[in-house]
Amino acid sequence: MTDVTPTTSILTVDDRTRRRNVAEKRFRTYGVIAITLAMLALVGLMTSIFSGGLPAFKQTFITLDVYLDPAKLDKDGSSDLEKIRKVSTFGYAPLIKKALEEQLAKPELAVEGLKSKDAAKMISKEGAAEMRRFVLANPDMIGETVSFKFLASGRIDGYYKGRVTMQSAERDKNVSPQQLQFADKLKDAGLLKTSFNWGFLTRADASENRPEAAGLGVAILGSVYMMVIVLFLALPIGVAASIYLEEFAPKNWFTDLVEVNISNLAAVPSIVFGILGLAIFINFAGLPQSAPIVGGLVLTLMTLPTIIIATRASLKAVPPSIRDAALGVGASKMQAVFHHVLPLAAPGILTGTIIGLAQALGETAPLLLIGMVAFVREYPSAPPEGFFDPAAALPVQVYNWTQRADPAFVERASGAIIVLLVFLLLMNTIAIILRRRFERRW
Amino acid sequence: MSAGLVILAVIAIAIVGFFVGRSRALNSAGGDIRQLHSLPGYYGQAVFLFSAVPALLVTAVWLILQPMMIENRISDMILPTDIAEGSSLELIMADVRRISSGLDTAVVAGALSEPEIETLNLDNTDVRGVLAGVGVAVASDIKPNVLDASVAYRAKTAAARGYMAVVSIAIALVGFAVALSLTKPDYRARNVSEAAIKSLLVLSSFVAILTTIGIIASLIFETSNFFRMYPAKDFFFNLTWNPQFTGGSDLGIIPLLWGTLYVSFVALVFAVPIGLFVAIYLSEYASSKVRSIVKPAVEVLAGIPTIVYGLFALITVGPLLRDYFAQPLGLGQSSSSVLTAGLVMGIMLIPFVSSLSDDVINAVPQSMRDGSYGLGATQSETVKQVILPAALPGIVGAIILAASRAIGETMIVVMGAGAAAKLSLNPLEAMTTITVKIVSQLTGDTEFASPETLVAFALGLSLFVITLGLNVLALYIVRKYREQYE
Repeated sequence: MTDVTPTTSILTVDDRTRRRNVAEKRFRTYGVIAITLAMLALVGLMTSIFSGGLPAFKQTFITLDVYLDPAKLDKDGSSDLEKIRKVSTFGYAPLIKKALEEQLAKPELAVEGLKSKDAAKMISKEGAAEMRRFVLANPDMIGETVSFKFLASGRIDGYYKGRVTMQSAERDKNVSPQQLQFADKLKDAGLLKTSFNWGFLTRADASENRPEAAGLGVAILGSVYMMVIVLFLALPIGVAASIYLEEFAPKNWFTDLVEVNISNLAAVPSIVFGILGLAIFINFAGLPQSAPIVGGLVLTLMTLPTIIIATRASLKAVPPSIRDAALGVGASKMQAVFHHVLPLAAPGILTGTIIGLAQALGETAPLLLIGMVAFVREYPSAPPEGFFDPAAALPVQVYNWTQRADPAFVERASGAIIVLLVFLLLMNTIAIILRRRFERRW
Repeated sequence: MSAGLVILAVIAIAIVGFFVGRSRALNSAGGDIRQLHSLPGYYGQAVFLFSAVPALLVTAVWLILQPMMIENRISDMILPTDIAEGSSLELIMADVRRISSGLDTAVVAGALSEPEIETLNLDNTDVRGVLAGVGVAVASDIKPNVLDASVAYRAKTAAARGYMAVVSIAIALVGFAVALSLTKPDYRARNVSEAAIKSLLVLSSFVAILTTIGIIASLIFETSNFFRMYPAKDFFFNLTWNPQFTGGSDLGIIPLLWGTLYVSFVALVFAVPIGLFVAIYLSEYASSKVRSIVKPAVEVLAGIPTIVYGLFALITVGPLLRDYFAQPLGLGQSSSSVLTAGLVMGIMLIPFVSSLSDDVINAVPQSMRDGSYGLGATQSETVKQVILPAALPGIVGAIILAASRAIGETMIVVMGAGAAAKLSLNPLEAMTTITVKIVSQLTGDTEFASPETLVAFALGLSLFVITLGLNVLALYIVRKYREQYE
């Protein structure tokens, strides 16, 4: 046997201890690095979305006084609405062009080498359509000069958001430096303004070549419709299933089967639910494509496991003494559950439901398969018929816009994400408040 | 009478039944509810259920069977000569349905009157023009037999609707009468109502099973259709993926499976170490203040929808990797790549790995840590030699669940990984995955007769089997190897 004689004092750190301390520090640093990376990812994600998307909430408008020329709009002067209706948007475009020509003729606004045809391209193609709608609503204004606030075209709008520069305009066949100079002069004259873009929240989607007119109105409405369907189907079914499983179900193979099914459904990839929706709801049951009803049904099936798991947890949290007391004073089992246990579990159920709805709101993949990617210009009508009309959905609209060529749509997509995140934030805040407010510790 | 009206009428009868039943119960007890077996409301509910449930069930079955029966009869009116080349009886029957509903619309719009329809024939009326006038487009020329069939279809449907209304309402009234005659003080009304509620609860829990059956049935049915058109051997072993909508396509799953596994592997390479270290740091080192900030922040990552990650990959990560890695290194030109999708998916999976591991690490009892510290181990030694071995099954389970999530993820790969099916090792090249191809084969105008569309169901089935297998494996590992510390 060798004697273990300490060669050094335990107060001085020997090599091995130093190594171990260094290893300890290293390990701790790994943890800090991991957390830093995760936080950086979160910050990077948010910065990317917000810096890209916030400009979508601003929009450039050009205010012009347009003379509603009777010679163009109401050729025979009969003020017959049917005849005015026959004038297409192409008939209105020359009026805008003329109004711009007048501005261009002013010495302080003149830009050398800018043709009035090109100047007219600075106004969104949506402008003529808006004017037509105005005239059809107010036919008696024909012959007057009316001030319109037109959307500027996507490139002009991009110029004030830093997406388009004088250099890039020279290479771009959709916009010329002269147009940008004219836009600057209009801005100095107070005719071109950038203001908050309500249209982004209220307009319908627009076609490929007019990103400035694209909005989220139909998508928001479609998402709201789907959430209503999910709420009205998933909440009752989920709560009923949980009550059965938690309070009544005997312990047998059937109950086991249901439980295994629920936990499996929670882990099935979302796209598989889309295939289910396509095969069962659309091909087999014959429901219409791109309709909120199909999306709502698919999302209901996806949300059910979340709601069932949350509901069962909160039913389980209600102490058995409550049930025993109710049974003791003569309530039936059903009365004990519905009169006492369920109200006490309600806050937890509600919180779980809201979280489930928030998940459903952001779900995209299954909706792609049931045709929600279709281009929808019309608002769906009011429910219940509206549930069967074609509509878009917020996350699918984002995907849709990323598939388009014009970079202005990427900005719109990021803006739509911000809207989506705001909705999610609202829902989760409500869930947290509910939990804080009504949570009970037994 | 339309189906909606019938249902409303039945419900109205049932509601009346509720009040009549309740007051009858009260009267039979002479106004003293102590004489009753159940509370008066339950007697009302019993009458409601007796009136509504059988009648509504009959209505539902009727509504499902009626079109089938009528079509069966009507299809005899269509002669084989009426079926044009390339058409089928089913298509003609679809026309019949459309024309007959068009006639309904025409009547409502006033373009046709009832007697006109009875004597309708193609010689004196431009049926197609009339239908087009009310907004119902009929594709081909209407043949006389088809028109006759439509008119007969319309008449039979109307007659059947009438019968249905009579039968349903009669059943409702019979139920009403039976329930009322049962309403006596010692009638166990509460048991009836509770049995009904309980069966509703049981039915709700069936939905989960029905969903699973629906998923499996639709996948298997369409997949078997696919394998009838395209050999299964080629699907599983062909090394190329090259769908041609003109036919003669190569639909091998191997390149897609490779892309899927590669992207998931890259994602896990990022997510597992970071997620695990976040969990370890939070549960072993972090002060409660740091924990209260970092934990919710990590959970925010979990609550962000995948479309947001997809956009992040598309507009930020992809161009960044292309400009700073792929192009300078000469490894690729595209902004969508395996690395882009994998990196972003890794971020998505961090909270998944960390919160699951956090739970497992916290479940290791404090006494084991104390024992290790008592022997002189440092914190990191305790983590490495005591806590991690004890928590290993749970952590492995968490990683497998994360892998299953990564394989089934769709939006990030749709927007970040690209669309080219390739068998390549270069992570900066665009590759594609099973989920991307499901989306691309099933969106747009799809015709459910071509292997190019149906292959999506075979891909979906493969995906379902893989993820289900991984989930079951994870559960098995966690259950089997979990150390019990009680």
